[in-house]
Amino acid sequence: MSSFFSSWSWKMAWRDARSNKKRLIIYISAIIVGVAAQVAITSFRDSLNNTINNQSKELLGADLEVEKDDSTFSDVTIAYFDSLGGKQADMIQLPSMAYFPKNGATRLSNIRAVKGNFPFYGKIETEPASAAKLYQEEGKALVDNTLMTQFGINPGDSIRIGNTTIEIAGALLKVPGEAAAASLIGPRIFIPKAKLDTASLIQQGSRVEYKRYFQFEPERDMQQLEESFDPFAERHDLGYDTVEERQEEIGEAIGNLGKFLNLVGFIALLLGGIGVASSIHVYIKQKIDTAAVLRCFGASSNQTMSIFLIQAVVLGFAGALVGTLLGIGTQYLLPSLVSEFLPVQVELTVSWLAIGLGLFTGTGVALVFALMPLLALRKASPLYTLRTMEGSLMRLLNNKTKWFIYGLIAATVAGYASLLTEDLFAGTMFTIGMAVAFGLLLLVAKALIILIQKFFPSHWSYVWRQGLANLYRPNNQTATLMLSLGLGMLLVSTLYFSQDMLMKELNFATRDDAPNLIFFDIQSDQNEGTTELIKERGAPILQNVPMVTMRIDSLNGRSAEALDEDSTLDIRGWALRREYRATYRDSLMESETLLKGDFIGQAESGSEIFPVSPAQEIAEDLNLALGDTLIFDVQGVPIKTYVSSIREVDFQRVQPNFFMVFPTGVLEQAPQIFVTVTRAADRESSADIQQAVVQRYPNISAIDVSLILQTINQLIDKISFVIQFMALFSIITGLIVLASSVATSRFQRIKESVLLRTLGASKKQIIKIISIEYLFLGILSALTGLLLSVGATWLLGYFYFDLVFVPNLWVIGGGTLIITALTILIGMFNSRSIYKKTPLEVLRLETT
Amino acid sequence: MSSNTILEVTNLTQEFRSGDKNLTVLDHVDFSIEEGTVNAVVGPSGSGKTTLLGLCAGLDRPSAGQVILKGINIGVLNEDERAEVRNKHVGFVFQTFQLIPTLTALENVMVPLELRGKATGEVKEYALSLLNDVGLGDRTHHYPTQLSGGEQQRVAIARAFINKPDILFADEPTGNLDTETGGTIEDLIFDLNKASGTTLVLVTHDLELAKKCQRVIQLKNGKIFQDNWNDNTEKLEQVS
Repeated sequence: MSSFFSSWSWKMAWRDARSNKKRLIIYISAIIVGVAAQVAITSFRDSLNNTINNQSKELLGADLEVEKDDSTFSDVTIAYFDSLGGKQADMIQLPSMAYFPKNGATRLSNIRAVKGNFPFYGKIETEPASAAKLYQEEGKALVDNTLMTQFGINPGDSIRIGNTTIEIAGALLKVPGEAAAASLIGPRIFIPKAKLDTASLIQQGSRVEYKRYFQFEPERDMQQLEESFDPFAERHDLGYDTVEERQEEIGEAIGNLGKFLNLVGFIALLLGGIGVASSIHVYIKQKIDTAAVLRCFGASSNQTMSIFLIQAVVLGFAGALVGTLLGIGTQYLLPSLVSEFLPVQVELTVSWLAIGLGLFTGTGVALVFALMPLLALRKASPLYTLRTMEGSLMRLLNNKTKWFIYGLIAATVAGYASLLTEDLFAGTMFTIGMAVAFGLLLLVAKALIILIQKFFPSHWSYVWRQGLANLYRPNNQTATLMLSLGLGMLLVSTLYFSQDMLMKELNFATRDDAPNLIFFDIQSDQNEGTTELIKERGAPILQNVPMVTMRIDSLNGRSAEALDEDSTLDIRGWALRREYRATYRDSLMESETLLKGDFIGQAESGSEIFPVSPAQEIAEDLNLALGDTLIFDVQGVPIKTYVSSIREVDFQRVQPNFFMVFPTGVLEQAPQIFVTVTRAADRESSADIQQAVVQRYPNISAIDVSLILQTINQLIDKISFVIQFMALFSIITGLIVLASSVATSRFQRIKESVLLRTLGASKKQIIKIISIEYLFLGILSALTGLLLSVGATWLLGYFYFDLVFVPNLWVIGGGTLIITALTILIGMFNSRSIYKKTPLEVLRLETT
Repeated sequence: MSSNTILEVTNLTQEFRSGDKNLTVLDHVDFSIEEGTVNAVVGPSGSGKTTLLGLCAGLDRPSAGQVILKGINIGVLNEDERAEVRNKHVGFVFQTFQLIPTLTALENVMVPLELRGKATGEVKEYALSLLNDVGLGDRTHHYPTQLSGGEQQRVAIARAFINKPDILFADEPTGNLDTETGGTIEDLIFDLNKASGTTLVLVTHDLELAKKCQRVIQLKNGKIFQDNWNDNTEKLEQVS
């Protein structure tokens, strides 16, 4: 250690670095981008957390939010609310069709009927700004800006919701605590609560959320309030959220996103590490003679190593510093990428934590990855002054040291990944995953090289044979490039292929015979009329399904509450507590397969117990077996059932699918609503059918599947863009590693090229040999990465999405072509001095 | 070991593993070298000359036998201890000059003394005077690639003498130079050696150069074939 701090070591490090600037810059360049990615994400995450802390109350818009699904607050609850004091506001939230008389456009929207001064914290942003303040007193509506833009609606136009027509006060730009992307899923429409009462929207089976917001005086002890409120909420089936909880939920969600992006960025840093390892390896190998001379004249092994260790540390730090500055700059690009997903407008600050982390990790990664060649240099014998060292640099290290360094690298990666994810298990799994990916890439690289050697095309012309043979000659750069480029390709292509696979599956629903328009909330007396309206417009009725809401009262004689409280049972609580929307019919659907028992389509008249068929998923969650008895509370009426069969249901089909199916002859008299599925020929026809139905029955809602697909596509596009942006860091690092690898290997290739030229090879031949080598390197790296990503996507599809992945050969071909072209371009650019100068000039220049 | 002996080699053996065979490069070699003498080690290629030089200078450890340099048994020292011995007592001149390419001529010369922790100013002054002595006073800030072969070897000679070594090992010092330059370098080595009273061990193929030495040790197949003082020209020609 003392050698590291001795002035001689620093002096020598400086003297040596002076004339190696180019090579040393190559050495640091690989880690710059990786550090930048880390710093950008960490700094942005920090800024976001600070913003969330500063704007915590705005996330909820109140101090307390209490919620009840599907039924209004009881008198007891309202009395309790009154006893809590503070300022209060009400919101009723439900999905409903919005109809714009101006052009007849309709769209399923998220209606929010507000009474009171909500939000208490933060403000609703509108255009014009005054609309947010006036819409309640003037009895007007605020409509999501995206919807207004989409349908060409302006303030002053009107909107019809249910039976009521309301003037639009302005465009809704931002709701505190909500991400803009929320509007993609359900465009928000704010109306005064009084308007909802006249709209007659809330009907049998409507999905409605009733919310009450509270603002308390600042000194109110929220913890105490929560403690006393919690048992009441439990008893009255109320959900509630405090500022702290909302902050935690959002913080967790953002934290998870940040952790994921940080890991993607970390991969770039790891690739940079490989770049460092590869370039310093070559650099140190060239320093063996210098080390031997120094040893000869009395330098100790530590003194010799210190010279290059100082260079590694200083340059690692310099790279980390540049990367950190770049990262801070990049941070300013991130809000525009993710702002739509964030519930707050981020106040960007420079995070000292991110800067510290960037400097520390950048220097650390550079050092850890440089350790192997540095320790090898320590073993350089002074005898190399008399006899040239033969074989690889790594030969100087014994296996124990090598495994120690591999272990150190793995521990560093796992430690840092655990720090990023705040989870040791996740960090370890990430490290194992990376090790597997690295291992596979190396394995494929090795296998390809063996195949090339085995099936070497000896009949090819000299330049082709020479170019191809360079892939497995000593000092080849095949493994390094395959690893760096291959990993970048693997990452980006897996993201692309997964998105492609999901979108293909979703688009499957838009094939010619698939349903694309679903009407729901159809009341019994509206069912016939709706069917007629659809048929009149030439659309088929693909399904017309009754739907009855119910809850589980008891299972095998034990009440749902008792089962829920019994922690010894393997039953999911949510499955016991949820509201079921069941149907009845006499046969199975095309999307259903009988797994166990007999599906009974017709109930025996006069029977007291009826057969029911749960879907496999819910049967598992409720731990149901054939013959188990269930009593359902069908809106006050107990219906006793037994499990007669279990179905496998393809829930991915665009159609109503049910967890519970009853036979006919049981539920016909129960209050029910209907769902009708049809297929509109085109966008216009779809709009026409929706308009007709909504005009006659304003409470009925419609889902336009193609619109939903378009929305999902937009969302996936946006999310994958963010991920791909981070993966881009890996690609850039891959290209820098490629450039540095080419540049460092140039020193290895020089002698051979000069020899060839001395022996009479023309410039053209040298260029051909070099370009052929990079052609193969590009093709092999890209193909390896792509093939592994096909495998990874297939595994994802098989185990996670339950989809069969069929790779797009055009993408594979295109990707290979681009990467190969880039490899050749960078390779040729960096090698230009070899073939542009005379052999003697090259030797003089490059051996300095 | 007599009081004048600077280097004593006893029963020195060096073996290398080559595939599944053991190659004996030096086979029980014994000799000693007196302080202030000029010695040549000659022999055909593969006779073990360079291996012998490496072992005598403490660049490597022998398979058997011992090397005592300035009274220190260097075979039992570890690598760093041997480095210290080299720094204090040994100078080197190599066939391929072995200048550090990233250092200027002056910096190359300064290295051995700087390693001892001497103040830069003092070292620099002495290095400049040595560079003047070898005729390179005007090329001190040139890098090795900016110097001719002869100039590079002169820098190497200056470097070899800067730590005032007790013994100087020169491995084919003129092997990479043309006859004329080689002659100049020979003269330079002998002159500086004479002036400083250093013991000189020259490994060479060059019989003319060997003739200029007081003692010639001839190696053949890893053994000392002849060890002669003074008038030895005729016999040398016979074995080489």
